[in-house]
Amino acid sequence: THMESQEEKPIIYTMENKPIVTCAGDQSLFTSLYTSLAQQLPREPMEWRRTYGRAPKMIHLEANFVQYKEELLPKEGNKALLTFPFLHIYWTDCCDTEAYKTTVKEDMMRWQNSLRAHSSADWVIIVVETTDTKKKNKTNILPRSSIVDKIRSDFCNKQNDRCVVLSEPLKDSSRSQESWNSLLLKLRTLLLMSFTKNLGRFEDDMRTLREKRTQPGWSFCEYFMVQEELAFVFEMLQQFEDALVQYDELDALFTQYVLNFGAGDTANWLGSFCAPVRSWSGLLLRRPIDMEKRDGIQRGEASLLDLRSYLFSRQCTLLIFLQRPWEVTQRALELLHNCVQELRLLEVPVLEGALDCWVFLSCLEVLHRIEGCCDQAQLASNCSHTVGLWAYATDKLKSLGELCGLVSKQGPTSEDLNRTVDLLAGLGDEKPETVHSLQSPYKKLKEALSSVEAFERHYLELSHAAMEMYRAIGRLRSARLVGKSLAEFYMRKGDPERAETLLQEALKSYVSEGWSLPVTHTRKQIAECQKLLGRTEDYLQTSALLAGDSNLTTEERKHFCQEILTFAAKSGGKLTLSMGVFAQLTRLQFHPATASVHSGAILKVELTLRCFMPVSVRMQQVAASIHFDVDHGGTHGRSKANQRQKNPATVEFNQVDSAGPPSSSSSAGPLLELDEIHDRSPTDNSLNSTGVVCKNTHLLLRRHNSNSPPNTPNCVSPPTVAMKEGTQMLKVQDVTLEPGNNSVTFTAPSGQPGTYTLRQLCATVGQVQFVLPHIYPSVQYEVYSQEPQLTVEPLSEPLLAGLPQMVKFTLLTGHYTVKKGDALQLSNTDTMPILPSTSCALVGESVLSIQSSEKVTSISLPATPPYHTLEFQLEVLCIIPSGSERPTNERLTNGEVRHRPRSYSHPDTPMAAIDQRMSIDCPWSIYSTLLALTFYIPFKTKHSLLSAGNRKYIQVCVHNVSDVNFTLADMKLTEKQHVSLELQSLNTKTQQLLSSKHIVFCLWEVRWKDDLPSCLQCVFSANFSPLNQDVSSYKPFHYHFQLERVTTLYSVKAEILPPAGEQHCRSGLLCGLEVCITRLTEPAEGELAEESKTDTDGPKTTKLMYEVADSSSNWAVCGKSSGMVLMPMTANATHKVQIEVMPLFAGHLPFPKIKVLKYLPHNAFTYFCVENDSLSLLDKPLDDQADTASIRSRGSIHSVGSVDQQQKGVAMPRLEPFSPGQVFNHTHARQVLVLPSTDDHIMEVNAT
Amino acid sequence: MAVCIAVIAKENYPLYIRNVPTQNELKFHYTVHTSLDVVEEKISAVGKSLADQRELYLGLLYPTEDYKVYGYVTNSKVKFVIVVDSSNTSLRDNEIRSMFRKLHNSFTDVMCNPFHNPGDQIQSKAFDGIVSGMMMQTG
Repeated sequence: THMESQEEKPIIYTMENKPIVTCAGDQSLFTSLYTSLAQQLPREPMEWRRTYGRAPKMIHLEANFVQYKEELLPKEGNKALLTFPFLHIYWTDCCDTEAYKTTVKEDMMRWQNSLRAHSSADWVIIVVETTDTKKKNKTNILPRSSIVDKIRSDFCNKQNDRCVVLSEPLKDSSRSQESWNSLLLKLRTLLLMSFTKNLGRFEDDMRTLREKRTQPGWSFCEYFMVQEELAFVFEMLQQFEDALVQYDELDALFTQYVLNFGAGDTANWLGSFCAPVRSWSGLLLRRPIDMEKRDGIQRGEASLLDLRSYLFSRQCTLLIFLQRPWEVTQRALELLHNCVQELRLLEVPVLEGALDCWVFLSCLEVLHRIEGCCDQAQLASNCSHTVGLWAYATDKLKSLGELCGLVSKQGPTSEDLNRTVDLLAGLGDEKPETVHSLQSPYKKLKEALSSVEAFERHYLELSHAAMEMYRAIGRLRSARLVGKSLAEFYMRKGDPERAETLLQEALKSYVSEGWSLPVTHTRKQIAECQKLLGRTEDYLQTSALLAGDSNLTTEERKHFCQEILTFAAKSGGKLTLSMGVFAQLTRLQFHPATASVHSGAILKVELTLRCFMPVSVRMQQVAASIHFDVDHGGTHGRSKANQRQKNPATVEFNQVDSAGPPSSSSSAGPLLELDEIHDRSPTDNSLNSTGVVCKNTHLLLRRHNSNSPPNTPNCVSPPTVAMKEGTQMLKVQDVTLEPGNNSVTFTAPSGQPGTYTLRQLCATVGQVQFVLPHIYPSVQYEVYSQEPQLTVEPLSEPLLAGLPQMVKFTLLTGHYTVKKGDALQLSNTDTMPILPSTSCALVGESVLSIQSSEKVTSISLPATPPYHTLEFQLEVLCIIPSGSERPTNERLTNGEVRHRPRSYSHPDTPMAAIDQRMSIDCPWSIYSTLLALTFYIPFKTKHSLLSAGNRKYIQVCVHNVSDVNFTLADMKLTEKQHVSLELQSLNTKTQQLLSSKHIVFCLWEVRWKDDLPSCLQCVFSANFSPLNQDVSSYKPFHYHFQLERVTTLYSVKAEILPPAGEQHCRSGLLCGLEVCITRLTEPAEGELAEESKTDTDGPKTTKLMYEVADSSSNWAVCGKSSGMVLMPMTANATHKVQIEVMPLFAGHLPFPKIKVLKYLPHNAFTYFCVENDSLSLLDKPLDDQADTASIRSRGSIHSVGSVDQQQKGVAMPRLEPFSPGQVFNHTHARQVLVLPSTDDHIMEVNAT
Repeated sequence: MAVCIAVIAKENYPLYIRNVPTQNELKFHYTVHTSLDVVEEKISAVGKSLADQRELYLGLLYPTEDYKVYGYVTNSKVKFVIVVDSSNTSLRDNEIRSMFRKLHNSFTDVMCNPFHNPGDQIQSKAFDGIVSGMMMQTG
């Protein structure tokens, strides 16, 4: 396919050409050997060692053998390399000395001389030796060697290798082959030597020439021809890489010149390149060498485009030889960009559009060239290399179309047509290579510029090809950009429908990646399409987005805002748009902040709406729809309402900039919900571990697709939203929304109790509704209904019994309206009378009227609206229960059993507490309201009976357990039943200070005339008041108690008798203990009745048990320590007992304890009451624990076994202690002196 | 020098973009956005060969008639794009590299600011200053 231009003037051979080797001498001989020679020479590669450190190469040598003519030798100054003969061969088969001397030598001499004249040293003489030649001239036959020797001596002055012998070249013998091989090796070696020498010289000259480039008169074009010559030779030698280097060097050199020119450094020769561009026929890559352009360069007439085109065509050819087609496309794109830049830099006048033509043609030419050398599969997999050219061509064709009026709806004007004609003229005629090709770039461009339809066809074809390729290699953004460009074309063609589809696709990508400027721009184009298409809803939605787009100027934004308002003002169908584009709900606040009110109360909801519009917009209505849930649990009482304070007072909504890029990813995600955890051991509840857990990991740890940021408020076409009708609404009429934040306050409906959830928000302006389909996070408020509540609490803690105390009543009216005449009816109780003091008043208001009847105290209430609070105070007095009185059941006015309050001990205070209940009838309920108050008794009172022989004393001890200091006055003790009894006070003071936590003791002596009654009913009474208060404030305090078995029955006397002959007791020696029990009184009636059951006849006796026990281990009781005594029940009856005891220590030892107990024989009759007393005995605190230990144990054994014994009907005898005061022990606390034993040699010192 | 400098987040939204002259803003936005195609292509190509992983400079992304677009990607996949006027041929590859390095250093400083929320737009004056220094002084 190459070398079609045979008719071109200087024939330049490249691939078809071979280095020239001239052949002189015997032509027929050469002709006979030519075929073998031409075949065998390139068979073996040779290593070509290069100068200037270039890497050696293996090279297959070929040669063009031509007959020697002197004209072939280059003349002085001729630098042409292609026509340069690299080797001269002289052929001879002469073996005849005579012949050699007469003809051959002379011929050789001439040949040598002419070579020398042209200073060509690359020659060789080949002597062919055949058997035929030897036989021919037998007479003059010289040995072959002699001829060769002669030649060598004649011509090869010390260069014996310049004469080679070829033996029997036409025979098939090993000798012949050997001879051939050495000849070929010689020829190759000589050829390479010649190349190295001559090319080296050429390169040196070339370099010298290049160094002169700064001199005036130097011409780039001339130099170009020189270096290209070298490139040709390399190409001829099939050293394409080296050839390419030559062109690249030229390319770089030229580029540098242009840049220097741009920097102000002018070169004369550049003039031709600055000439106006007259032809823009594009690259021509179908010829290996474009001679036309080469001539232009040679003549210095080439334009910049010509030079660039020619250079590139050569580079392209070489790259394709090198099988690097993709480098061609890459370089092509660079070249085209570069040329445009260079022409701009050199300020070369170019017809408008001419460069577009040139680029367009060139792109297609390169693509054609590449398609020509690659198969379809290769092309498909290398889209990434070609797509740039496709896109560039598309781009250029588009701008040409626009220039020539082919894109408008009306078609080209005459001016456009003139421009088209001018542009086409610059293309010239079609090159002969493509004349017959139907799809040539030339034809395409001509056709595309010929008509609107043809242009569209070509443009669409290119656009789609580029887009498809971009998509195929995953460059989606680039594809969309081409698509956008196509959309603009469609818009100019008046086809907004197709344009919109492409624009929406592009917009989606910009939105998802958050590129706001392209978003705005594309959206504006979409708005235009939508307007043209009459898609009002979409258009207005887009307009709303644009009106709020801060990338636009205020003017533009106002325009889009006005578009909406204009539509809104028209009458016609309603239109619903997404609220998000118009305004954003940023904050919602409840007043009151709890977001929980009782039914009928006022609840305000304040919305903060950030309006994106550039001007203030007057809304007819802003409404929020509400979902209502009846809350059945919420209608009772206040506690429920309190729980609902979880509703936050203020809800902040996610701030999302509608037009801007998605801000940080963190703000987009849900909030972190953290919870504390404690892991405790199940056995001892100790802490094993503690930490923080995230409750919503499932939301947070979701994989985010990086390609689609989560928040895309400026979605491509917001989903259509509908306002749900028919539900309850929050409404505000006539609101003007200013740009920026606006506050809109609603009054929320609060009629029915329940939960109200705000669902949707809707702003209406004329026919347009902006709807926020979901308010998220969800916002709720509660309406509750409350029952009236009456509570009472002490005005001051604690309430003390016995003193007037103020209590506060609080009435929450709830849903009940207190009418005039409504009254609270308090049932009166004796234990807590309500004092008719003057201080019963509404807090801060007028005095309440209180009417008391016998049973009821009535408090009239003032008329009060619902959900109000009434507070008033009452003074009450809790009577201190005086002791042992038995409660009597009474009935209250309402029929309920009156509960006598009983005191109990309270865990928080030492004071005994009394719960005092009040029963109140309220007008709103048929049931009585029961309220309880807890009072505390300030005193703890104890009494005790003291004896001295027969004399008796009563001690009362009053312990102030409260925190208040009191004055105690008029302490009195009275006995109710026995008039003869006299209680003589031994108390000196009538008034006594009783400080907090202190005790006052009072003592009375009991005096009697005849007999001391065995049972005394006593009342201790005193007056008390808080310290430093008026006499009138004294309140009485009573303490009832009963004393039984008061009379002293027995006296016990003991004596310790030292051992016989001793003055004193000695430790370790036995001594005697004499116990004397004396009956002091005649038996009293009660006692007789008790005892008579045992002995019905005979003198009355009673059995006593005595027991000697020493708890302090001072004494050892020897022998019997206890025993039974039969005691006559007469006065002064005495019984003595002797017991042996031994003191264990020396010193003043207290007497051992002597215990006297009642001995009760077994008796079925008395069994049960004894049993009971025995139990009570065990519970009673005894003065001497040690003494009772044995009894206790016996008693307890007894009681444990009691159930069995009861069943068997067998009663055991048992012991019963006397009441305190019945037995008087004279020796109580007496001591006896014990001397140490005489032979004590160990002294024990006991220090405690 | 540069006519447009952009910093693009890992998620491909712009963190910073500035250009001179300012009236061509939109065009630069489109150019830089489109260049992400090549950036992604190069990043995925780099991922395949481990040896290249430390090379952050992506080289010339693509030339256009008017501009040359160069790319750079940090280890956290933040991209830097520098657009240079095609007529500005004096810029060598090494200079572009050093511009990116400077940009990267300054970007690191911005990220080190405890008051800067990574992912937010860059509003640092220091960064702005560095960028201004790399931009053509035409205005």
